Amino acid sequence: MVLNIGCAARPGKAGDNKTGSWRVFKPVFNQELCKKCGLCALLCPEGCVTVNDEEEYIPDYDYCKGCGLCAEECPADGAIDMVQEEK
Amino acid sequence: MLKITEGSHAVAEAVKFCRPEVIAAYPITPQTHIVEALAEMVANCELDSEYICVESEFSALSACLGASAAGSRVYSATSSQGLALMFEVCFNVAGMRLPVVMSIANRSLGAPLSIWNDQQDSISLRDSGWMQVYAEDNQEATDLHFIAYKVAEDHDILLPAFVCFDGFILSHTYEPVDVPAQEEVDAYLPSFKPYQRLDAADPISMGMYATPDYYMEFRYEISRAMERAKEALKRAGREFDEEFGRDYSAPVEGYRLEDADTAIVALGSICGTVKDAIDEMRGSGRKVGLLKIRSFRPFPDKEILKALDDVSTVAVLDKNVSLGSGAGGALGLEVKDALYGSGIEVKDYITGLGGRDVRKRDIANITDLAESGKGDMYYGLREEVL
Amino acid sequence: MRELRIHGRGGQGSVTAAELIAVAAFESGVYSQAFPAFGVERRGAPVQAFVRFSDHMIRLRSQIYEPDYILVQDSTLIRDVDVFNGMKEGGIAIINTEREIDSEVPAGVKVITLDATSIALEVLGLPITNTTLMGAFAAATGEIELQALEHALSGRFSGELADKNIKAARRAFDLVRGGA
Repeated sequence: MVLNIGCAARPGKAGDNKTGSWRVFKPVFNQELCKKCGLCALLCPEGCVTVNDEEEYIPDYDYCKGCGLCAEECPADGAIDMVQEEK
Repeated sequence: MLKITEGSHAVAEAVKFCRPEVIAAYPITPQTHIVEALAEMVANCELDSEYICVESEFSALSACLGASAAGSRVYSATSSQGLALMFEVCFNVAGMRLPVVMSIANRSLGAPLSIWNDQQDSISLRDSGWMQVYAEDNQEATDLHFIAYKVAEDHDILLPAFVCFDGFILSHTYEPVDVPAQEEVDAYLPSFKPYQRLDAADPISMGMYATPDYYMEFRYEISRAMERAKEALKRAGREFDEEFGRDYSAPVEGYRLEDADTAIVALGSICGTVKDAIDEMRGSGRKVGLLKIRSFRPFPDKEILKALDDVSTVAVLDKNVSLGSGAGGALGLEVKDALYGSGIEVKDYITGLGGRDVRKRDIANITDLAESGKGDMYYGLREEVL
Repeated sequence: MRELRIHGRGGQGSVTAAELIAVAAFESGVYSQAFPAFGVERRGAPVQAFVRFSDHMIRLRSQIYEPDYILVQDSTLIRDVDVFNGMKEGGIAIINTEREIDSEVPAGVKVITLDATSIALEVLGLPITNTTLMGAFAAATGEIELQALEHALSGRFSGELADKNIKAARRAFDLVRGGA
């Protein structure tokens, strides 16, 4: 029997599922215009924007679905551009 | 040893001997005496069990679901509106294949409000995936709890079970009952070994969502488990007989059926009254017998056909009604299905709803009606108030 | 099979009486069955409770319509309820009253009256007559042995309350036996 009794399942990890392939537009971060407010990291629904040692905010394209929320909310004009993905 | 006791107290004692680790229930007439007695046993340290006081039946069965998923033997009891409030959880318990055992002190459903007996409550959950067994007397109500746990927890079955006994008519009646001793029950009913359980160290989720690619197969698996439960109930009944000398191995039980022309088919405590009525009718030369249905889920269709093979007329007594089906009760409709094509005349009689007393003479009247071809009707309506 | 119907008012302990009579009967060596009329138990409303006695296991579950015995806890009930309804010929009616019964009694029914309220007030200090009437029932019908009744009462009540109830039952037992 393939089915598990009672429809029981072991827990999975979101990390196993690389959602970056779903993307049509990708956010391109322009570090020179960034004001380091951190809204992009805070609002990213995938939690895939992280900050590095140089205080640069960087999206993880393995998981970024290209929703554009970061670009929409970014208060610094031109700091995040949505660019069509080349596939 | 026989002792005289109230039905609810005999059931509570039986449950105690089953050693449930978690009990969650909400009091409702006429189930109340069972859970009061169990709460007292826990408070007096006679029963080592977690008794969870909840604010509703929905929570009671939800707590049981969680506790059973965590690997405990659990127990609950309810009646009527209480069971109706558990509707959603009942399907979840069965779908997660959790072997919860619950006593149902059968009572009618409102509106209009009625605290009295019929079997509409448990019958209305016939499609939920719970096994349903019905007791004729308090001895059977007591004993069926041991059998229910044994079958429910069988890893080939893993289905929850209702042990149904008529509210007031059995639950509030004092009569002699032989409640086995703890050691005897321990010898019959092994401790609970969960098939799988929630464990933080080795986590799983139960009752996950199933897409259209899988849902039907999950339902089919429950149907198959129900089918296997037919044999498991017979086996557990036989083993019970070997241990205690009371035989519940048959899902249906005939009474004076051997040479009967007419058979009455019934469920629950009414069977006792029917037996006395049959003895009287036999005394005046009428060939009448009873087929008592012990297990309603799984439904013993083949056994019913076999038992009724030689009769010409069948009168089914239904203490429930499937509204909108004409005058059909669940038992009648399913007996007709089981006997379809056999040529046996089957008539259904809705009777004893909302505590309407059923007497021996009513059984004789119904037999007359069936033999004259009149049926599929409410029996005993008070035409003057209609 | 013999059948008893108890008539009382809510709060007078009719259901308890039925249960304890069944317990005492079982101890006296017969099968018994006791159940209430499942009413809405309002204090003061007419209620019924039933007991069956038999040499065999009792299967019948209907209420009792043709009793061999009736026990009436409160004679004012006779005005509201037809307590004698369906009584068998040769039956025994035990009625708590200090007066004569002025209503019509069916032919062949033996009526035993006693002032159970006075006995209960004197012995228990309460107008709860059920245990007193149990003593009268034991003496009038022989269905239960006095000793079994006393045992049933000790099982239900404890300490001084048990003693008082036993005393009340015994008083009625002696009274009815003496008068019989």
